[in-house]
Amino acid sequence: MSTYTSVTDADRAEMLATIGVASIDELFGDIPAELRYNSELPLPAGRSEQDVYRELAELAAKNVSADDEISFLGAGFYDHYVPALVDALITRSEFLTPYTPYQPEISQGGLQAMFEYQTAISELVGLPVSNASVYEGPSAVAAAGYVAKHTNQRSKFVVSAGVHPHSIETLQTLAHGYGMSVEVVDLQDGITTLPQLDQDVSAVIVQQPNFLGAIEDVEALAGQAHDAGALLIAQADPIPLALITPPGEAGADIVVGEGQTLGNRLDFGGPSFGFFAVTEKLIRRLPGRLAGETTDQDGKRGFVLTLQTREQHIRREKATSNICTAQALNALAGVIYLSWLGKEGIVELAELLLQRTAYARNELAKIPGVSAGHTQPVVREFPVRLPSGKAEAVIAAARKAGINPGYRLSEDELLIAITELRTREHIDKLVATIKEALA
Amino acid sequence: MSTTPTRSLSFTQAADDDLTIYERSAPGRRAFVAPETDVPTRPLDELIPGKLRRKTKPNLPEVSEPEIVRHYVRLSKRNFDLDTGFYPLGSCTMKHNPKLHERIAALPGNARLHPLQDPAHAQGALELMWRLQDALSKISGLPHVSLQPSAGSHGELAGVLLTRAYHEDRGETRHKVLTPESAHGTNPATVTMAGYEVVKVATDTEGNVDLDDLRAKADSDVACLMLTNPSTLGLFDPNIAEIAKIVHDVGATLYYDGANLNAIMGITRPGDMGFDIVHFNLHKSFTQPHGGGGPGSGPIAVSDRIEPYIPRPQVVKRPVAGVEPKADTGTYDLDYDRPKSIGRLRGFQGNYGVFVRSYAYIRSLGAEGLRDVSEVAVLNANYLLAKLGKLGVLEYLPAAFDRIAMHEFVLSGGPMKAQLGIKTLDLAKRLLDHGVHPPTVYFPLIVDEALLIEPTETETRETLDRFAEIVAEVLEEAKRDPEIARQAPYGTPVRRLDEAGAARRPVIRQPLTS
Amino acid sequence: MSEATYPDDLKYHTEHDWARIEGDEATFGITWYAQDLLGEVVFFEAPAVGTKVTKDEPYTEVESVKAVSEVVAPLSGEVTAVNEELGSSPEGINEDPYGKGWLVKVKLSDPSEAEALLDAAAYEAQLS
Repeated sequence: MSTYTSVTDADRAEMLATIGVASIDELFGDIPAELRYNSELPLPAGRSEQDVYRELAELAAKNVSADDEISFLGAGFYDHYVPALVDALITRSEFLTPYTPYQPEISQGGLQAMFEYQTAISELVGLPVSNASVYEGPSAVAAAGYVAKHTNQRSKFVVSAGVHPHSIETLQTLAHGYGMSVEVVDLQDGITTLPQLDQDVSAVIVQQPNFLGAIEDVEALAGQAHDAGALLIAQADPIPLALITPPGEAGADIVVGEGQTLGNRLDFGGPSFGFFAVTEKLIRRLPGRLAGETTDQDGKRGFVLTLQTREQHIRREKATSNICTAQALNALAGVIYLSWLGKEGIVELAELLLQRTAYARNELAKIPGVSAGHTQPVVREFPVRLPSGKAEAVIAAARKAGINPGYRLSEDELLIAITELRTREHIDKLVATIKEALA
Repeated sequence: MSTTPTRSLSFTQAADDDLTIYERSAPGRRAFVAPETDVPTRPLDELIPGKLRRKTKPNLPEVSEPEIVRHYVRLSKRNFDLDTGFYPLGSCTMKHNPKLHERIAALPGNARLHPLQDPAHAQGALELMWRLQDALSKISGLPHVSLQPSAGSHGELAGVLLTRAYHEDRGETRHKVLTPESAHGTNPATVTMAGYEVVKVATDTEGNVDLDDLRAKADSDVACLMLTNPSTLGLFDPNIAEIAKIVHDVGATLYYDGANLNAIMGITRPGDMGFDIVHFNLHKSFTQPHGGGGPGSGPIAVSDRIEPYIPRPQVVKRPVAGVEPKADTGTYDLDYDRPKSIGRLRGFQGNYGVFVRSYAYIRSLGAEGLRDVSEVAVLNANYLLAKLGKLGVLEYLPAAFDRIAMHEFVLSGGPMKAQLGIKTLDLAKRLLDHGVHPPTVYFPLIVDEALLIEPTETETRETLDRFAEIVAEVLEEAKRDPEIARQAPYGTPVRRLDEAGAARRPVIRQPLTS
Repeated sequence: MSEATYPDDLKYHTEHDWARIEGDEATFGITWYAQDLLGEVVFFEAPAVGTKVTKDEPYTEVESVKAVSEVVAPLSGEVTAVNEELGSSPEGINEDPYGKGWLVKVKLSDPSEAEALLDAAAYEAQLS
């Protein structure tokens, strides 16, 4: 058994004497005897570090990771390269092991990183106010809905079917609790067409680019929402925003999204972070932590958590959200990654995705029986339509060739994602494999 | 002002240490080099119509790789952290984070596994999750576990939504949720978010739930009582069986906020106490590093009657055809077919990276080790309390309740404020100069000038002795000159910050010119 | 303002609010005691002009760094003006609670309600 305690038998005896009790058991005297668990928990016996490492490394080896196959899986999480400096920096004890910066004098590193992160997200999404991050993407959408509800007291969300299905489901779960209905609007040729909006609509929720990779005209959608007195909430994929109008600039009131692609691992789905940005008008309804600049008593610049009266530890049942902390370490990876990309690099990366995606889309459409799932412009992901009922067969054939051909949308549709790690050679191999499978 | 600044934190500080990454930026500097464009390129206009295109490049920093590394290493040195020193932050369980866990989490089979990988190709991950569910079930004494919630607050929300689903399924509509007045702020915030009204239950003079008040407030309109036991006062409520009976008699559920589970692992189980729903903070009792405020993870365990409603998907183990069901074989899968489920609470399957670390911890310690954790956590807390008493500290900082503590205890700074003229805040700030992290301050709200102290099991007796001596020294110093503590800290990278100024005119991002 | 003061020309509500009554109009604010208890005020949520306020019921909030406090209307009526200055300088409530820290002006619906309010001496007496 491993141990991380440091109390020796001699310590134990002395400590009990100091307390003035005869045994450890006495310390648990408030727990009624009938509630005491008197046997040992039925768990496997503890093991040494060496044994635990081997056992869990064996388990990990049973998984087929993105290192083990050529993967075109995306649909919300993307296999981007995480630069070595991100790992080196975020595994430093000073970032890894503190708690929330409640004592700002000894937490300037974390607070300043939050401030830098807030600036970078604000720039990327085109809104003036970003918080210090929330759990992840889909729950950020649900939290944005809660903000909208409190902003205009209306009763309904109109959600584009182009929003990630996990976001829609999460919104439905939470909206049922806070008493809002959710109406999902189908896509037409891959993009959102809104119905006539009535006075009950609190917010219109869209995704940019949407779940099928298509670039939405957020400006037009925001105009329609605002005309009906509703807010426009956009979930956004951050890297493509280097090339397309930032949703905030296009009129979105709240922009949220999944931050995994910004320097975070795949990790089978988490932890990552969600970003959450709003207009100036909504700053006091913002959920979560927020770092702000100020000065110390000697006039030196410093950073603190600010506008805390929004939060649960002060406003309790009237808080803007129940969220307690942020995803500070994951957001730190995010700002380090964005600094690594830089102003020019993020555009170059997005352009590379754009060109390779266009190439892949074009080559796949040349295969007899294969067509585009929609005709809209895309940046990094697109659906392809296969001959009826062929998705399973294509996936099986690709698997044999060491390829994961993407996310299965239906019996005859795949959603294919491209990152900078998928080269032309990989794409050509995907095309050849699908062609052969359908021949 | 007469001050004797001491400087114990060894911060290396350069003159430009507080520059932001943006202020280190210069046009043309870069770290990123894109991989070669190996496909034929097409004009941008052909691929994205002009009206949808971004007009200006996103204003990200322009910095070189060496500058990025140096900048964030310097920032790191402006943080105090658990690996550096004592961190008795009550209710946060700042225990050692074993380094093995980082190594295992970083294995490609874990870190590079896509969340939508076909379950047949993610058997190792699903098995680990299943084993963690099983272990948490045994620790809590409740049969079913969902790992999905992202943090404690998210687990609480899951718990209240499960309660709603349970009552709705029985055709009942209830409007109120009870929380003790000493509750963590996430409890009432969660209740509102789940569409209920908060009703506070009083605390009696012993620090327990006031049973008469509970009886008066528990009626058929109450959906749930949310409770922490040990409570946020660090006390085990011995009336828990009676509390459970009162709550169950009116058809409500009993929710266990697992923030303080570190006190009772292997000693008593929430399921045996009568709780229907429990959340775990994997970043507290189960050593996920706190990361400066996240990530965490907040799995929930539930009783049979709540099970139909747990979030989907759920990790399940399916028997292999033709193999004895008892044998330790089976395939692991994600079960979406849960018609009564409350639905999803987030994307994918939860914070898997956290599951890896917490499972490694449970696997390392086993039943015996987990029980040892709780025993030593409680021993350390009571020893520290006794030691503070021996040094005379409790004269000025009396324990809020004169009882055996569990893994943490609450002191009141009221007498210190009245007799020595320094507030709890001043004491906390002066502790910074001595290289320890202060306890949680001004929580729980029901104790005047509260300090909530949780040493955890991973500290040595010497560390606890030294902390007690430091607190005693600060009080002695305040007797001579309270102004020293009132102006503290002195040796930190910055001194007391103008929080009012920050809130009055918020500057929450860098103003950029271009 | 570091010394407690309770001007004689004002009427006081036990929830620590004052009213300066001029005919059927009044100016409202919070007392020295209230601002001292709250600490440094950082935000005042100004109600809209035209908002109806009811005696003894909260009509707005003031915030300090780590507390939120509801402000109770000492009298009933309709808001005719709000102190816009507090938007950029909420510290006015601390520095001068009876002067530049005023919150709203109200057209009273029932000036006789004022009879239930306390004078300075009575208010100060019930503080201790």
